[in-house]
Amino acid sequence: MRTTLKITIAAAAIAGIATTAQAEEKLKVGFIYVGPIGDHGWSYQHDQGRLAIEKALGDKVQTSYLEKVPEGADAERALERLARSGHKLIFATSFGYMDSVIKVAKRHPDVKFEHATGYKRAKNVSTYSARFYEGRYIIGKIAAKVSKKGMAGYIASFPIPEVVRGINAFMLGAQSVNPQFKIKVVWVNSWYDPGKEADAAKVLIAQGADILTQHTDSAAPMQVAEEKGIKAFGQASDMIKFGPKAQLTAVIDDWAPYYVSRTRAVLDGTWKSEDTWGGLAAGMVKMAPYTNMPEDVKKMAQETEEAIRSGKLHPFTGPIYDQDGKLRAKKGEVLSDKVLLGMNWYVKGIDDKLPK
Amino acid sequence: MSGLEAFLLTVIAASTPLLLAALGELVVERAGVLNLGVEGMMATGAVIAFAVALATGSPLLGVLAGALAGAAVALPFVFLTQVLAANQVASGLALALFGLGLSGLIGEGFVGQPGVRLERLHIPGLSDIPFIGPVLFGHDVLVYLSFFMTAAVAWFLFRTRAGLILRAVGTNHTAAHALGHPVRLVRTLAILFGGVMAGLAGAYLSVSYTPQWVEDMTAGRGWIALALVVFATWRPLRVLAGAYLFGAVWILGLHAQAAGYGLPPQFLSALPYLATIAALVLISRNRTLTLTNTPAMIGQPFMPER
Amino acid sequence: MMMFTLERRPAPSRLWSLAAPLLALALAVVLSAVLFAALGHPPLRALYVYFVEPLSSMWSLEELAVKATPLLLIGAGLALAYRANVWNIGAEGQLIMGAIAGSAIPILWPGWNDPLAMVAMLLLGMAGGAAWAAIPAFLKNRFNTNEILTSLMLVYVAGLFLDWLVRGPWRDPMGFNFPKSVAFEGWHVLPVLSGRVHVGFVLAGVAVIVLWLMLSHMRFGFAVRVQGVSPRAARFSGFSAASITMHVMLFSGALAGLAGIGEVAGVIGHLQPSISPGYGFAAIIVAVLGRLSPWGVLFAAFLLALTYLGGEAAQLALGMPAKVAQALQGMLLFLILGADVLVHYRIVRRGAKREGTA
Repeated sequence: MRTTLKITIAAAAIAGIATTAQAEEKLKVGFIYVGPIGDHGWSYQHDQGRLAIEKALGDKVQTSYLEKVPEGADAERALERLARSGHKLIFATSFGYMDSVIKVAKRHPDVKFEHATGYKRAKNVSTYSARFYEGRYIIGKIAAKVSKKGMAGYIASFPIPEVVRGINAFMLGAQSVNPQFKIKVVWVNSWYDPGKEADAAKVLIAQGADILTQHTDSAAPMQVAEEKGIKAFGQASDMIKFGPKAQLTAVIDDWAPYYVSRTRAVLDGTWKSEDTWGGLAAGMVKMAPYTNMPEDVKKMAQETEEAIRSGKLHPFTGPIYDQDGKLRAKKGEVLSDKVLLGMNWYVKGIDDKLPK
Repeated sequence: MSGLEAFLLTVIAASTPLLLAALGELVVERAGVLNLGVEGMMATGAVIAFAVALATGSPLLGVLAGALAGAAVALPFVFLTQVLAANQVASGLALALFGLGLSGLIGEGFVGQPGVRLERLHIPGLSDIPFIGPVLFGHDVLVYLSFFMTAAVAWFLFRTRAGLILRAVGTNHTAAHALGHPVRLVRTLAILFGGVMAGLAGAYLSVSYTPQWVEDMTAGRGWIALALVVFATWRPLRVLAGAYLFGAVWILGLHAQAAGYGLPPQFLSALPYLATIAALVLISRNRTLTLTNTPAMIGQPFMPER
Repeated sequence: MMMFTLERRPAPSRLWSLAAPLLALALAVVLSAVLFAALGHPPLRALYVYFVEPLSSMWSLEELAVKATPLLLIGAGLALAYRANVWNIGAEGQLIMGAIAGSAIPILWPGWNDPLAMVAMLLLGMAGGAAWAAIPAFLKNRFNTNEILTSLMLVYVAGLFLDWLVRGPWRDPMGFNFPKSVAFEGWHVLPVLSGRVHVGFVLAGVAVIVLWLMLSHMRFGFAVRVQGVSPRAARFSGFSAASITMHVMLFSGALAGLAGIGEVAGVIGHLQPSISPGYGFAAIIVAVLGRLSPWGVLFAAFLLALTYLGGEAAQLALGMPAKVAQALQGMLLFLILGADVLVHYRIVRRGAKREGTA
């Protein structure tokens, strides 16, 4: 008993909490998700981040969530409800919550808000996102090495900058190995429809792709790859269970380090409004173990990962030409975050036309 | 594998759940009942089939359980519309809500687990013939069942006395009742059959099409099935044709995209619905055709007045 | 096996038309309590959180009104259509088209920003919804096409059209290519009464009164009611069946469109790919639960809004997942729909049947 107390006091002292009264009151952390946590994709990964907060900070925090919150009128109410029920830190985990977050934050200056993938900030609103394109660059390189036909199939959701950026990074990675590499893109117009994703996977294979990657949530394309005996990359989570022989690696969303550090910052009183766009270095993007590939490819992948992590390599380093042959980045020039955030053009070598 | 072969296989996979669910709903509507809850029954069938297949290791048991679950979850709808003569449109929508919620609840523990895949049949000799083998003889049991059921439903409706009674109930329940036919019993059985077929469609999704469970994995297929029934003017063979047309248009669209034609994907997704409206108009213009096929009592409750 | 049987009442029961929803609620409370207990939540507290808490604070009451506004608008329109036996189940699509049409002003002519622009937005919203509803009406009148299905199909088409617009031509040029339109400002945003309750709520009230006036005091309303009971007799009321079909579709479509522009200009503040969590479908339930009457719709809209809010409150307070709320909502609707049968029927014991009818 006494030791626990001592530890608590020590912890409180370290954490810089002034009074014991505050230390005893749990910090309530709220989340809103756009999908069900049972989607095993986007919302599921965010919920894993929430659980990580509970695990890391134990009885100093209490977390709760609202799932399947539609973007629009309901989001504002959900946020308001969280703020009113004593949540002092609220994570809004979908782009479409942006304006609702700003509105509610204005009414609750004492509550800290964190909005994923948005660009509007305020004194008590931070934004955060992950540089998934770093991982996509690596898998592009792997694809170009492993593919025998030199062609990958890309299952895409919606033509927003996030997805376009991923396609471009994948292609740049692939071209760095094989300048003639080709990709075929299929837009399924959904984040999440296992059936459609499986159809798209089959179509891409029929059109000659012998490697699949996806920017949709379900593990269906991985299952198709496994069945057809080709290779694929997982998305959002490690999908090795769905493709033990097919998965080369997966670009994993890991929100845990960010969520834990932001929660800790609120506990410490050091929270400030920031814009975080972290990648491999920040631990927000992780690569699943490199499997089902030759040793030399594995080594190349690990080196690329390390180079990106250490900052030696930026996937969007010039010369970069777009589809129409226009120079977008000069030799050695790195595309700015602003350009990356609004990316709506394909790099040279992609045959697909971007739906507008 | 040739391009055409791969195309046909993909179309078959995409069309089978639509066909199964639509055949069920066709019988329901032929009996004069409109059940808008297909999506809910399908989702319940999917999760139960997945769970049972995983627990027992037998996908066939899973399929069976999924079929039964589809019928079981339709029971409140039967009670409301047949025993209490409640409004069918509203009860069906409530069933869709209920089924989706329930399936999510049951499936909570199964998210992220790979399922057990329903094996494809392999008929030595036949399945090995190039092209014909995989296209005709290399599918799982549910694909063949969907074809068999198309024929069976057509035969039942138009060649048996029971089918005649079912259609009579759907065309004019008062007259059927006067002739001594058990209107509500017929309708109850039809709804349960619809539940079984929707459950099978769901089972196909979670043990064959994509052997996994994620919430809301039916993704609107129950609603497309509803459209198909009308698209087909309540004729089983046309349901088959319609389901394959829907599947083919969708897969062709994906092919067009992969080939680099910059089609707006929204337009592609809207095609099946526009096609249904067009078909509805074409069919409805011909009054005799519509009158002979449309179950006149659709959506109207029946309560014997004694 | 069945000891009891239902028997049609000579006239709808006044007593049961009030008592049925209460009975259903009571049953729902008991069943939900059982469900809560089965899921390991303290039943009494869960019931309180679900049904009472949303009514206990001003903020929550305002939100209830916000949630009820589109349900009320659409429900009132559908009630009239259903009275005429015209089954418009595509209100969701009409809502979307209304939102699109009304948003044309802030997006295409942002400079026109005065009270008149706001009125024009509302009128355009109604016109958009009505135009979309006119398609199934026209097809029904001209080609005898089943309106249940055409209106439903058009929902998806409208949704995809909106999706294309906000990802393409109507995308905010300064918005980093994200799928949303420019933010509405000034008079392009509906005036607020209290909290987030906007003028749409008042208009919803007006819609209910208009429905009541129509049904009880106007010749058209009478014709609609006649057509619902006996399509042949409607001819003698001075309106053709086709004209009635078209007019009720226009009416319900216009109200759905108004609900759409109300959501966009009242609470969301810009156009985006998803603007309604299925209000058009929920309103079908509202219309039916409300027995297609103005006051019934009013009651049902608030009740349904309460189940949404209650479900959300329960998620937060009890950690109950959203799917439980969804399943519970379905169950509640089953019960209310079921209990309503007592308005028109009574339960008699098998043996006592003869005396009952005598």
